[in-house]
Amino acid sequence: MALKPEELIDSIDYHHPPKTDWMDTPNDFKPGRWAYPGKIDVIKRIHFPNPREWSPGDADWKLPENWKEIIYNGMRERLDKYRSFKVFMDICVRCGACADKCHFYIGGGDPKNMPVLRAELLRSVYRNDFTAAGKILGRLAGARPLTLDVIKEWFLYFYQCTECRRCSLFCPYGIDTAEVTMMARELLHLLGININWIMEPVANCNRMGNHLGIQPHAFKDIVDFMVDDIENYTGVRVKAPLNEKGHEILFITPSGDVFADPGIYTFMGYLMLFHEIGLDYTLSTYASEGGNFGLFTSADMMQKLNGKMYHEAKRLGAKWILGGECGHMWRVINQYMDTMNGYMQEGTNLSVPRSPITGTVFKNAAATKMVHIAEFTADLIRHNKLKLNPARNDHLKVTFHDSCNPARGMGLLDEPRAVIKAVCNDFHEMPIETIREQTFCCGGGSGLNTDEIMDIRMRGGLPRGNALKYVRDKHGVNTMACVCAIDRATLIPLANYWAPGVNICGVHELVGNALEMKGQKERELNLRGESLAELAEEA
Amino acid sequence: MKALYSLFFVFALLLVVLFGVGAAHLNMLFGVWIPYVAMAVFLLGFIYRVYDWAKSPVPFRIPTTGGQQWSVLPEVKQNRWDNPTTVRDTVIRMAFEVLLFRSLFRNTKSEVYKNENGGPVVAYASAKWLWLFGILFHYSFLTIVIRHMRLFTEPVPGFITLIDSLDSLLQIAAPTLYLTDVALVAAATFLLMRRILAPQIRYLSLAADYFPLFLILAIAISGIYMRYIAKVDVIAIKELTMGLVTFHPHIPANVGISFYIHLFLVSILLLYFPFSKLMHLGGVFLSPTRNLPNDSRVRHHENPWNPKIKCHSYADYEDDFREPMIEAGLPVDKAE
Ligand code: HEM
Ligand code: SF4
Ligand code: SF4
Repeated sequence: MALKPEELIDSIDYHHPPKTDWMDTPNDFKPGRWAYPGKIDVIKRIHFPNPREWSPGDADWKLPENWKEIIYNGMRERLDKYRSFKVFMDICVRCGACADKCHFYIGGGDPKNMPVLRAELLRSVYRNDFTAAGKILGRLAGARPLTLDVIKEWFLYFYQCTECRRCSLFCPYGIDTAEVTMMARELLHLLGININWIMEPVANCNRMGNHLGIQPHAFKDIVDFMVDDIENYTGVRVKAPLNEKGHEILFITPSGDVFADPGIYTFMGYLMLFHEIGLDYTLSTYASEGGNFGLFTSADMMQKLNGKMYHEAKRLGAKWILGGECGHMWRVINQYMDTMNGYMQEGTNLSVPRSPITGTVFKNAAATKMVHIAEFTADLIRHNKLKLNPARNDHLKVTFHDSCNPARGMGLLDEPRAVIKAVCNDFHEMPIETIREQTFCCGGGSGLNTDEIMDIRMRGGLPRGNALKYVRDKHGVNTMACVCAIDRATLIPLANYWAPGVNICGVHELVGNALEMKGQKERELNLRGESLAELAEEA
Repeated sequence: MKALYSLFFVFALLLVVLFGVGAAHLNMLFGVWIPYVAMAVFLLGFIYRVYDWAKSPVPFRIPTTGGQQWSVLPEVKQNRWDNPTTVRDTVIRMAFEVLLFRSLFRNTKSEVYKNENGGPVVAYASAKWLWLFGILFHYSFLTIVIRHMRLFTEPVPGFITLIDSLDSLLQIAAPTLYLTDVALVAAATFLLMRRILAPQIRYLSLAADYFPLFLILAIAISGIYMRYIAKVDVIAIKELTMGLVTFHPHIPANVGISFYIHLFLVSILLLYFPFSKLMHLGGVFLSPTRNLPNDSRVRHHENPWNPKIKCHSYADYEDDFREPMIEAGLPVDKAE
């Protein structure tokens, strides 16, 4: 990050947009403004169009010769397939209610990051090619012809939208710019325009089972390490079944939890919890990814990657699926999974999920047969099935970051809070305009959590960072919990930049630390291997 | 600039009538044929646009959830009207949207500044003005449209007379002042000024955003002019309008130029409507982020074009990794 926070703030000016109309304002393709394009071999592995060496910084993007026709036909096809797309192209009144709701606009001030103008980038071309008014009145009706610069502009700005849907919440017609972004990205894919940070995880997940490309034996090693660590800290040796048939539950969590600090502590929390309640479950190395970067690519790819969950549940004979802490994973499960892949449930043992510990039937998951771990744990807590010692978290002053997708694509708001409040004594909410359904993005959703666009991410992270700073200064908050693996990665640089001194953790890391286990030894260390006595002293 | 284009265009429309009726005496054209064509285009165009939207399927239920989901935990209270799972609650959500502009009511305004120590501050202020004037604008428009039905009905139904008398409750001036006339002009002026004066809104506005506002203002002002200044012969006008709805068009003698101006501008609005953003009237009902329950996890839905793309199968996966899996002690399906 070149800019200091104070300098970044100074660079934001809402009141003086560029002198030129947005259609005439040239785009800045400096390095740092775009993420690296997909590598040739990655694109070939998943059979996406037009694999080639190219860079967004180049003048020539090496597009197929008939690129205009491809875009036109691609738009036609999607207008016919999605009512959302058609309606959202037609009914925006440009009231501007969405404009200052986008974190990228708030943190950058670039008008093309207003959701309404982001959508207009595409809408202008739609009007030109598909509407009577646009064909007759041209620019007066907001139409403009498709040119190479327009394509480049799409790439720049549809990869500065994290598909967080905050704009949609405030729009009087619910126009969802995230949906427009998805369409635009699909169109760009038709020409071979994509970013590696999304395409490589997609390719990995497809073949190796998870975004990071962890192969089965390595996956087992990592899980074994965590089992060892848990034993070191608690004296209890937990089981972590992998790829085993005949268990009641298949547990799927984002691979970030297996791979990256601090996700691994959350993963340890899951393992401890499952051990303690004697859950009959298995993990799978084949379906070792809860996340689904297909969502950020195309509907088809999303379906393909998601299909593994039911495919594996069938093979293993599971009765239902428990899902870990992840944001976009839950948008896919809650709003797409059963509709696109429900047919794969045929011939499986899947049935309406019932907690074997409390007997609670999760009727709200009757179709997908998938329960969120926060729901599951909140239910355990409410039935007093866990012995908890929240005092072990007493050195923490905790706040909670609602991830965009569980908030605005599901409504999972109070369940994680119920869990946190049971395992921590000191909880503080951030300001109401920045939490729950109004929550702000971490700045790195929808596959934009890559380091080469750190400036954009930190700008997008301003609203969240500032709300965090507010509770840090007001209540001494030193920990932000979240239920998302991407958050657990992106919020760390965000906090370091905007609210230094705040740590990031998963909700089940807090659970793991508070959980009293049968046969445990004196708990002197937390799941990060830090001395609880020292932490208490510092606090 | 864009605002000026639109303003000029509305003036040009005025000139068309002044010339067409005032000089060329094309009374039948402006009093009968243009209104008929406009109405036909409006009705057919509107129906076609809605049909065209409805033709595209809704593959996925993608409501934007505005509160707590339905949970099986008794102490977790569902926000039923912002995150509905049933048809009933979804209808209520839509009613709030359409009748009360619920989403717009959430509006906030973001500002960024530095505090006294130079630290960054992002603040969100409540911003209900757009909502307030939006509501005023739409409800006065609606009331005015309903009031106008007295010109197209004989006998005039009771509810129209009632609305008429409620609207002139204040009993000021003669003929009595309609509240909605004032409200419509005030609200449309606010919306226009906001567009012209707020730099962000000006930047995102198109010529097509100013035009309907100028047009509606011109319609309202010409209406007010007829009523309070020109004091037109309403009996003669009703003769004309009744002729239109009974399909016995005829032009009474005593109809002044101001009425032709008003009627022509309304005709332009009707003609323009189906091709413009004004179609949000129909579209708001078809928006998949609002008009669907959040229930894809609860009930199965069919996507009519579901491509049923196959995933990379477990068998293929095991073929890739069988040896290391066996070595690591992981169970395999085919142990060769
Ligand atoms: C039924 C639900 C409706 C909702 C939620 C709605 C909402 C809105 C909103 C938020 C605006 C933006 C105001 C602005 O531009 O700053 C607007 C503009 C407008 N609406 Fe509606 N509207 C609805 C129905 C209608 C109907 C029935 C009409 C009938 C003519 C209408 C006519 C207009 C016009 C002319 C504008 C233009 C104002 C402008 O451009 O600023 N609307 N509407
Ligand atoms: S809030 Fe909706 S209607 Fe208003 S400008 Fe944004 S997308 Fe358009
Ligand atoms: S979905 Fe989020 S990131 Fe995208 S335009 Fe809307 S508010 Fe901005």
